[in-house]
Amino acid sequence: MSAIQPPARRVWWKQPVDRVEIVWIAIALVWCLIMFFFMPYWHVYGEQNYSGEAYRVNPQDYVAKVNEFVEEYTVRHETDRQVPVVRPPAGGDVYLLARLWDWYPILELEAGETYRFHVSSADWQHGLSIQPININFQVLPGYDMVLNVTPTEPGEYAVVCNEYCGIMHHTMMSRIYVVDN
Amino acid sequence: MQPQFRTCPESGLVFHRPAENLIKANAVAAVVFLAVGGLLGLLVALTRWPAVQILNAQDFYTVLTGHGVVMLLVWILFFEIALLYFCSSVLLRCRIATPRLGWVAFGLMIGGAAITSWAIIAGSSSVMMTSYVPMPAAPGFYFGLILFAVGALIGVFMFFGTLVIARDEKTYEGSIPLVTFGALTAAILAVFTIACGAIILIPTWLWSIGYISEIDPLMYRLVWWGLGHTSQQINVAAHVSVWYAVAAIVFGARPMSEKVSRGAFFLYILFISVASAHHLLGDPGLSTEWKIFNTSYVMYLAVLASLVHGLTVPGSIEVAQREKGHNRGLFEWLRKAPWGNPVFSGMFLSLVGFGFIGGISGVVMGSEQINFLIHNTIYVPGHFHATVVLGTTLAFMAMSLWLVPVLFRRKLFMPGLAKWQPWLFGIGTALQTFFMMGAGTLGVSRRHWDMAFTGSAFEWTYPGMAYTMMALNGISAVIAVLGGMIFVVVIVGTVLFGQKTSPAEYSSTRPGILRGPAESLSGHSHAGLGVKGFPAPGTFVLAMFLLLIFVVYFFINYGYLASVWRFS
Repeated sequence: MSAIQPPARRVWWKQPVDRVEIVWIAIALVWCLIMFFFMPYWHVYGEQNYSGEAYRVNPQDYVAKVNEFVEEYTVRHETDRQVPVVRPPAGGDVYLLARLWDWYPILELEAGETYRFHVSSADWQHGLSIQPININFQVLPGYDMVLNVTPTEPGEYAVVCNEYCGIMHHTMMSRIYVVDN
Repeated sequence: MQPQFRTCPESGLVFHRPAENLIKANAVAAVVFLAVGGLLGLLVALTRWPAVQILNAQDFYTVLTGHGVVMLLVWILFFEIALLYFCSSVLLRCRIATPRLGWVAFGLMIGGAAITSWAIIAGSSSVMMTSYVPMPAAPGFYFGLILFAVGALIGVFMFFGTLVIARDEKTYEGSIPLVTFGALTAAILAVFTIACGAIILIPTWLWSIGYISEIDPLMYRLVWWGLGHTSQQINVAAHVSVWYAVAAIVFGARPMSEKVSRGAFFLYILFISVASAHHLLGDPGLSTEWKIFNTSYVMYLAVLASLVHGLTVPGSIEVAQREKGHNRGLFEWLRKAPWGNPVFSGMFLSLVGFGFIGGISGVVMGSEQINFLIHNTIYVPGHFHATVVLGTTLAFMAMSLWLVPVLFRRKLFMPGLAKWQPWLFGIGTALQTFFMMGAGTLGVSRRHWDMAFTGSAFEWTYPGMAYTMMALNGISAVIAVLGGMIFVVVIVGTVLFGQKTSPAEYSSTRPGILRGPAESLSGHSHAGLGVKGFPAPGTFVLAMFLLLIFVVYFFINYGYLASVWRFS
């Protein structure tokens, strides 16, 4: 008489189904379909989607590209370690490098402008986490991930690594400044 | 030939001696590793409690790696192997296939777990359970996991073999019981899981000893999550089976309809494995179509399966209770349930916790875009503590509190204390999941030794509320660990000091054939129960309540997403 015994009928799929089960399955299925369609819907009408744009890249080549970018657009240096603060032209390409254990360089962006934001790693896997808005992506060596980003509000943002990358993982932090244009 | 079978006088179960010994060995190993992993978990929680921060960074990452591997793989797989032997040999009243190979499997699992543990303790393999390449672990870390997986795979094939024997020797009538069907689902998922593990861990091991020059990190993640996530889907199938088993054991409940419950398990087999793709939503390069198909369309059919079990398990209990006369109103059946029996309370807390916290948070955070809000924040461990700890571990604990006295022919040790066990463990864990999910929503990252970023060139402070939540998480963890310690004390005490019941009497005669109920074949006997043709109206109301919370929470998260920076 129970779930630890064989069913009463050998051909159990012919057993009638309770009304409560049918009603619930129908309601649950409708909700599942709503959730399903909501994702493509957000790609059409929402503004927070990742399109999947990414390129295979040799980490050394990526580092060279970042250095070129830093050389061209550095506006000042910050902290004891003289980390460059880079202000690229609005609408241009922005490069961010993750490596043990910092993000390079510090970025200064204009609110309301859209940038082609590249991020990749020179060594291990890292996690790009922009705080306090809490946007999070995985950063892989060998892959240049491209996001078209539009910072909306001016302010000082933290870039935190949220993928474990070794003993000093918790110190891997940087800044993004978003300024009024 | 030595007498091989015994019938348990209290439970009516039939045990085959070699199967019984294997179940005991695997269950004992499981509990030992649970105790170890629990203590490591306490250290993790006390380190992430900012005011306490008991470990230094290096020890923290070592302990966190150990906690993940021991809990997510070792404890759970040992218990599941015991469960598979139980659901095949014991429930079908047949001899177990190749018992000697069972000891080889057991030896491989113990040996593998020891090798991996040693690699972790030595400090050279603090790579977390995920061991994302190219961060290297010692070769022993991967090699131990491979041995462990081979052992587990042998156990899974012994389960299949035992099903064949039972069918061949006609030890049961008709189809296999629903609980065995659920175990079969878990076993099929286990084969897929372990295959994924082999495909990625063997080359990674070869890479760690210098035989292969490079492992692509994205490919690693794709295949690894076929192991990492699907292994947790084995748990889902296994603990849902345990829910049905406990409902049958405590209430004599039978499935509302075999078709619906088995159909839901079948949906798991078809669709649940691709759900592992939701770990890659924040990864570069994967197309939108790929993500939507893998994580939503197909996964939601697996979600549908869980929603179905969420109704049919308590529904079957409700029907059984109403048949016993607790037929008044919507919830008399629930009020009159044996809340002091830890086997029931543990199972029911597992069901409610898994559904309301684990299920809802899992589906919402697995939505393609919502994932960007919480990927790799401490929300993620919050979610999986709701599924794996509150769902799976608590269900397995409840099952053990019933099964261990039956197996060892001893009375439960300190039953008064055991009553508190599911409540402390369940409520402690539930609070932990809330606080971790809350802190993750505020941005706190997972796998982080110090949320204050001590030693960084920059300053950044999470909101004060995030600090409070991590402290409350630590306090809740202490409560949960207390519940876990009671479990270990009760189980170990039962095995060693429990008052002996009648000794096991083995007989040479074969046990009787397992038969199903002689129920009328014309339809349900639920007529006259419940309200307006709904035999389980109370469960339906609870299910609708779950759905309401689900819908609200889903749209709250999209609302939050809409407020962040625009990106495409």
